[in-house]
Amino acid sequence: MSVNKIEIRNLYKIFGEKPLPLIEKVNNGMGKDELLEKHNHVLGLSDINLDIPNQSLQVIMGLSGSGKSTLIRHINRLIEPTSGSMMVDGQDVLTLSQNDLLEFRKNKTAMVFQKFALLPHKTVLENVAFGLYIKKIDTAETEKKSMYWIERVGLLGFEHRYPQQLSGGMQQRVGLARALANDPDILLMDEAFSALDPLIRKDMQDILLELQSELKKTVVFITHDLDEALKLGDRIAILKDGLMDQEGDAVDILLSPKTNYVKNFVEDVNRSRVLKARNIMQDASAISKDLLNGQSLKVKADDVIEKFIDRVVVDKPDLIEVLGENGSAIGYLSPDRLSEILRK
Amino acid sequence: MADSKNFFLEFPTLPVELIRAFKKSTDAAYKGFSREYGDLIESFFNPLLKFLVFWEKLLVGTPWMIIIGVICVFAYYGTRSYKIVIGIILSFFFVGYMGMWQDMMESMGFIIVATIMSIGLGIPLGVWMAKSDRAQAIITPVLDFMQTLPPFVYLIPVVMLLGIGKIPGLISVIVYAIPPMIRLTNLGIREVDREILEAADSFGATSWQKLTQVQFPLALPTIFAGVNQTIMMALAMVIIASMIGVKGLGQEVLRAITNQYFTLGMLNGLAIVILAIVFDRISQAYGKRIQKHRSGDAI
Repeated sequence: MSVNKIEIRNLYKIFGEKPLPLIEKVNNGMGKDELLEKHNHVLGLSDINLDIPNQSLQVIMGLSGSGKSTLIRHINRLIEPTSGSMMVDGQDVLTLSQNDLLEFRKNKTAMVFQKFALLPHKTVLENVAFGLYIKKIDTAETEKKSMYWIERVGLLGFEHRYPQQLSGGMQQRVGLARALANDPDILLMDEAFSALDPLIRKDMQDILLELQSELKKTVVFITHDLDEALKLGDRIAILKDGLMDQEGDAVDILLSPKTNYVKNFVEDVNRSRVLKARNIMQDASAISKDLLNGQSLKVKADDVIEKFIDRVVVDKPDLIEVLGENGSAIGYLSPDRLSEILRK
Repeated sequence: MADSKNFFLEFPTLPVELIRAFKKSTDAAYKGFSREYGDLIESFFNPLLKFLVFWEKLLVGTPWMIIIGVICVFAYYGTRSYKIVIGIILSFFFVGYMGMWQDMMESMGFIIVATIMSIGLGIPLGVWMAKSDRAQAIITPVLDFMQTLPPFVYLIPVVMLLGIGKIPGLISVIVYAIPPMIRLTNLGIREVDREILEAADSFGATSWQKLTQVQFPLALPTIFAGVNQTIMMALAMVIIASMIGVKGLGQEVLRAITNQYFTLGMLNGLAIVILAIVFDRISQAYGKRIQKHRSGDAI
């Protein structure tokens, strides 16, 4: 089995009555607007290729209409593609029979929705148990697992309430617990936190990161918010009008945007708040001997620049030493490079 | 000259003999059909007759205070309102004192059976209609036809086929009362939030699991509105059905019309109104009760 959990190859989606012949036109450069005007078809996705490594958190970002929600729905085939392949664990999801597809959805994936999509007539407990019920797991085990996840998302005591008695943030915790109770390999999150207000949203992001560091699922996270993408994503793919604009890790996107679209996106980002020492550190070989022997400031690898910039200004160290989890240096950062990165 | 004047004043018609021949032959063919298959069809409906007679006997044979007690328990459980319970007791006593108890019980049995049949047939049809656009395209015009055709007109073939009696009466009441059941079941299921269905799909729910766990429960309030409408329409049809031999309050109303007994008509009409209000309040209360999750206090 490959190290990639999900491999998307040449995926096209054109909405309309007869999409197949139009793929060639799209390949020859016909854009979304022209396709709509001349052929009355809507371009959803065009030639998408993406590898998502096992246990990584992949963010797919774009503005509304960019095709990001369409793309995530291809992973569990809630939307049928026009052409292409979607390999999950080496198996093409798009060729599964109806029954195999149901089994795939029951066991491999679980989805969290923007508007929560909870079942209003069921209690929190019944909602969380929904996936297990569909799988026909026996009642005692279902309840045990559901209660465990209700506790993990901090909703203990609310299990007999109905969703509409809860606030938006709490409802989405139910949504998250419902997905996790199913113990899927792949967690699909479709703008899961976009409907929440900023403070709650930050809470939910922290909950997700905390759970992810422990559970190590393969997460596909859709968002239109770059800050969220940079905070959560191991890797970020940026979509525009159904095309993949750029794909890379947060540092790639921030420091070397490939297109104007991405440039516009990253312009206003506060880099010192996003970039971690780990992201910008260099090997000892890239640093001159003088600096290595000079006075150094020790920072943790996962600290963002903002966290140590004041000490850099005050102490004026010759070198910043980046420490790994066991306390030994795993990389270095010269003040010159730091200022260059912040100035860009 | 005279000919052209006639042409403008009178609508050009088929020759009178031709129309007569058409009516005659159609009637003859239908009569032939009913003579041939009438007995068979009647025996087909025999279980339904037994079911109806069972309910009528049950309601007529049970002591009146037990009936009132049972209805009050139902009403209280649904509405949690003593006012409505007291209202029901007073109005039932009125009906009883005025000597209409047995007629009312017969009508009630009839309506209960008509409603059970309408629900039993209407919900599956409505579900089918919601799941298939083609079924909807076929059933909708049929329902339009059933709802606009004057009931007197479809009484004729029913009576020709099955004669006068309870079963033809019951069939005509069901035909009249079932459309809202089917329509509202269809509507309720089609109105279920697409995103919630997508969520069910994403967990790998089968079509049946989606129906029983998501669509049907969420459509239930609308379906209950259909049940309520069906009961009301069955009550309205009870009078007309009495013309083809259905006993109960309707028959008394019919007697009052033909003999111009104003008071008799009024009293029996009033009893039908009472029955309607009782059924309406109780069924609406149950409809609201199943939506309790919608009115929860936000935290």
